[in-house]
Amino acid sequence: MKTFGKIFNTCVYILLYAPLLIMVFFSFNESKSTSVFTGFSLKWYLELFSKSDIIEALSNTLILAVLSALIATVLGTVAAVGLYKMRSKFIYNTMNTVTNLPMMNPDIVTGVSLMLLFVFAGRLLGFAEYLSFWTLLIAHITFNLPYVILNVLPKLRQTDVSLYEAAMDLGCTPIKAFFKVIMPAIMPGVVSGALMAFTLSLDDFVISYYTTGADFQTLPLKIFAMTKKTVKPDMYALSSLIFITILVLLIVINVLQEKSERKLKGEFNKK
Amino acid sequence: MKKRGWGSVALNAPYTVWSVIFIVVPLFIVGYYAFTDKNGAFTFANIIELKEYGDIFVTSVWYSVLATVICLLISYPFAYFLSRQSEQSRRLQMMLVMLPMWMNLLIRTYSWMNILEKNGIINNLLAGIGLEPIKMIGTPGAVIFGMVYNYLPYMILPIYTVMSKIEPSLLEAAEDLGCNGFNKMRRVIMPLSLPGVISGITMVFVPSVSTFYISQKLGDGKIMLVGDAIERQMQAAYNYNLGASISLVLMIMIIISMAVMNKFSDEEGGLVI
Repeated sequence: MKTFGKIFNTCVYILLYAPLLIMVFFSFNESKSTSVFTGFSLKWYLELFSKSDIIEALSNTLILAVLSALIATVLGTVAAVGLYKMRSKFIYNTMNTVTNLPMMNPDIVTGVSLMLLFVFAGRLLGFAEYLSFWTLLIAHITFNLPYVILNVLPKLRQTDVSLYEAAMDLGCTPIKAFFKVIMPAIMPGVVSGALMAFTLSLDDFVISYYTTGADFQTLPLKIFAMTKKTVKPDMYALSSLIFITILVLLIVINVLQEKSERKLKGEFNKK
Repeated sequence: MKKRGWGSVALNAPYTVWSVIFIVVPLFIVGYYAFTDKNGAFTFANIIELKEYGDIFVTSVWYSVLATVICLLISYPFAYFLSRQSEQSRRLQMMLVMLPMWMNLLIRTYSWMNILEKNGIINNLLAGIGLEPIKMIGTPGAVIFGMVYNYLPYMILPIYTVMSKIEPSLLEAAEDLGCNGFNKMRRVIMPLSLPGVISGITMVFVPSVSTFYISQKLGDGKIMLVGDAIERQMQAAYNYNLGASISLVLMIMIIISMAVMNKFSDEEGGLVI
């Protein structure tokens, strides 16, 4: 059973990684083909960096991800505190359902519904262009918000309310008590919510496809446009770079996590 | 944190306003477009036209169900074997499962297209050993395979999460009480892992049934799914009213299937994501 399990799981890993490894391999191809390897070359990487539109798409993606994650984190944290303090069970449940809607709905429905809202509002207000960077930003904040709230809310529930009350008894104003006591306690949730929002925004194609204006292209949208025609290995070079970046990031996060856990264990043993 | 009054209103107002404008209102606007014509007059024409999309809906649901079942058949033993390993190895392997998920779906799908194409890598290999090429792109099999490949980690992760929480002592107790391997699986592991299976099913089915890139690339434009129909109306034909009515039906379909799934998971103790 044990060896069967090993073989089975190895097969799944081969399946998961086959297309990614093939992509990295052919990004070094000398010729234009993405299925016949003729020789090693770095020319597709060089060509990639000479293209200004790809660099622009990359910076657009990062700007959008940082902005939308930042706004969603602030708005979502405030919303989580509000939901936590909510007394009315009915309003709480309604808000919960509304929060879950963008996560339950398929991306295409969220994208189409937001696009129709922008078209509707644009016509009403008499704009020439309905979609732009701003509509894209609104869409990204909207689909990021539930993930921030879901990360912060459990941390709030774990926090001891009496600490907050003690801070107020000792003369803190409610706002000061919040930032001195509650904020540090829920910080891990806020950070993981922000990170999740950032990565979701980086990766999103479907919702962006329906809500962006013609003049603002993100990397996934650029890749979509590139794959409409026959692809040259420069798309593979781009994808390989993304793959390597993610790999390095994951390894760094993993090593850091392990280090902090070992440190915790060490301190525990000393005591 | 018991103070109420204006503080509570100030905390809740921004998000409430945001979610009403950008979550609730857009869904009503989809309904509005679905029941009006180009000039904004009320009509049932878009809904009646949906008759022609019946086949597409059936195909989409059928392919997604198949993809979900195949994902489950691969993920369940995978997660089980994974959960039996040492902690060090599990941590590394979780990273291996998640890494492909972080690559954009467009890239992963396009790469498979290159592998399965007429002049692709597999057919080149077959030609190398003197075999006839196989037509793969443009077949339902390729589209279903694309769904399985892209959404497999979404099935593995929740199942693995619940399985790794099963106490080994429970399995030992089952053994002591005379369970053999099969009964241990059926009476202990399966019931305890059901919530993970249910959230895995929704996490694979929903994106599969609404995809359009996978069917475009691996179906070679010959296989139309609901997602393709919506995309065509919204981005090519610019018939927003028809696009909205297809989206509306897709949304209602998914809400109904989610409600059914939630009914299952409520009885078994909540969804795991």
